[in-house]
Amino acid sequence: MTITEPPRIVTSRLGYEDSHTLERYLATGGYEGLRKALTMTPEQVAAEVDAASLLGRGGAGFPAGRKWSMLRKAPTTYLVVNGDESEPATFKDHMLVERDPHQLVEGVVIAAYALGVAQAFIYLRGEFALGLERVQAALNDAYDHGAVGRGIFGSDFSVDVVVHPGAGAYICGEETALIESLEGKRGFPRIKPPYFPAVIGLYGEPTVVNNVETLSNLPWIVRNGGSAFAALGEGRSAGTRLFALSGHVRNPGVYEIEMVKTTFRDLIYAPVLGAGIPGGRDLKAIIPGGVSAPWFGPEHLDLPLGQDEVAAAGSMLGSGSVVVMDDSTCAVRAAWRVTRFFWRESCGQCTPCREGSGWLEKILRRIEDGAGREDDLDLLMDACDNISPGVAWPPQQTTICVLGPSIPSSIASAIRMFRDEFLLHVKEGGCPHG
Amino acid sequence: MAHLSEETTARARELVGLYPHRRSALIPLCHLAQEQDGWLRPEAIEEIAALVGLTPAEVLATATFYDMLHTEPVGTYMISICTNIACMLRGADDLLSHAEESLGVAAGGTTTDGMFTLEEAECVADCGRAPCVQVNHRFFGGLTADSFDTLVEDLRSGRLAADVPPHGTLIRVRRNGGLRVGTSTGEVASSTATEAGEA
Ligand SMILES: Cc1cc2nc3c(=O)[nH]c(=O)nc-3n(C[C@H](O)[C@H](O)[C@H](O)COP(=O)(O)O)c2cc1C
Ligand code: SF4
Ligand code: FES
Repeated sequence: MTITEPPRIVTSRLGYEDSHTLERYLATGGYEGLRKALTMTPEQVAAEVDAASLLGRGGAGFPAGRKWSMLRKAPTTYLVVNGDESEPATFKDHMLVERDPHQLVEGVVIAAYALGVAQAFIYLRGEFALGLERVQAALNDAYDHGAVGRGIFGSDFSVDVVVHPGAGAYICGEETALIESLEGKRGFPRIKPPYFPAVIGLYGEPTVVNNVETLSNLPWIVRNGGSAFAALGEGRSAGTRLFALSGHVRNPGVYEIEMVKTTFRDLIYAPVLGAGIPGGRDLKAIIPGGVSAPWFGPEHLDLPLGQDEVAAAGSMLGSGSVVVMDDSTCAVRAAWRVTRFFWRESCGQCTPCREGSGWLEKILRRIEDGAGREDDLDLLMDACDNISPGVAWPPQQTTICVLGPSIPSSIASAIRMFRDEFLLHVKEGGCPHG
Repeated sequence: MAHLSEETTARARELVGLYPHRRSALIPLCHLAQEQDGWLRPEAIEEIAALVGLTPAEVLATATFYDMLHTEPVGTYMISICTNIACMLRGADDLLSHAEESLGVAAGGTTTDGMFTLEEAECVADCGRAPCVQVNHRFFGGLTADSFDTLVEDLRSGRLAADVPPHGTLIRVRRNGGLRVGTSTGEVASSTATEAGEA
């Protein structure tokens, strides 16, 4: 197997203990991207990002350049950074905000310049206590350094950036719920249309929402050019991407990997990456892009880590997380735990999501506890169908946001891949895994 | 007498000033109140409401949506054990059972001395170090039953006081208001402002 050695785009400072400080940042090329951007026109900066083919790293994979071009022209516009990172098994933004907060701040100011916004907000999940401290400290230093605020680096460009703590709600990662939350309300997703943030966003004004990792790529892209970024990876999946690897692997962690050039097998088994499954156990299943994604089996190991490649195989790279489950894992329990998460985190606005998640959780729980019936499998699929008709991928949506249609992913995967195991639970009146 | 201290109120006013619309400061102000009291006291909610221009009921209704905002007292240390998928695969359920036994409370409960509240948490985005625990939202990864007990002992004895600030303390760095260069648009009635367009 070949592990390519890509340039480190967002993890270049991780070797330094003090990677979060302004001193280290400046000693390692920090704020040079911003200085360069300020010598260009905003349109030129946006064009570089467009040329880079930087796909959003928050989950939907929408091209950042295209998103920016859709921002409605208005006297007041906003940039909002999505640092809510709550998709289970996703922990890359956590690393970025704690270990390289200046890189994020620089990315935010570059984006603000390209978009012409005068006010940006960095929304971080409240559980990131250290991350909040680090980003706030970086921001304070950046103000003093002249990299944020009025007349940045002597130019006539000004932008204010405010760090905003969330308070514990997965749904606030959904961009319109995040905007509601930032307005001081409950995190209820808004109906799209009409509430596309680029048209009607924060305080009713046009707003760009971008993920932490997406924006952390900008300093490198501006310094090296969009085409240098696009030269990495393949096709639409350009550049490198962070993958958060967890579950049954020897070396869980966050890895920066060149898109498409690396496979799931490399990520899980390469000695410098996941280093394989402990105890020599066999692979049972992979959850490839956060728990909203359909599962893969060992037959998908040689699939490249590329957005379109994974989509064509029936799942998604999503939030860039990969959960490895070995053959000791109970598929029913795994599906139940994921479903319980969705049930707890459903905002409750839509009946299929609110009620459906609760029923699914109960049925899965009783199968796991040995009180299931054979027709529970049909019941599960029927309830899934009520949430997302056809239980297809990509899913049909009857709800306000895609949390609802994400619920069937793990259940349908588990039943399709491990039907016998469900039946064994029913027959033996309990979990065969003990 | 105001309930929130002079210092807390001054910081609250600064936070309100960071936003184009004061309601946006609601969650940050709730965090501030928790930093002072450990939880959201009704008196604090009243003062927050006045600061952001809402009724206390509106503040309460918003706060109850969020897991980190507590409308009832919690322990000095909030211990959150993640049992979501990556942690489940690495023994989180056993760790939670152990914690319940060793602290003598079920998840959701507070020890009688008011020292610890134990909470079963959803993913805290630290899954590479599963099973993951947060204490007052500071991370402790890769815990075993033994290292959990050591952690509890260290918290009890105050050995970790510098690493784990009191409950509710999120940001020990001063929140800088910047220079307010933005063109604040004044009061916007609601977020349902302009006409729809295609995005
Ligand atoms: C239920 C739900 C949760 C989400 N959680 C997050 C999140 O935690 N972080 C994030 O960046 N995007 C999250 N998203 C995606 C955002 O809605 C949005 O697409 C993203 O922030 C846009 O940034 P990007 O284009 O840079 O990826 C979530 C979406 C949904 C439906
Ligand atoms: S799908 Fe679920 S989470 Fe999304 S808006 Fe509807 S009820 Fe809320
Ligand atoms: S699953 Fe436990 S921290 Fe992510």
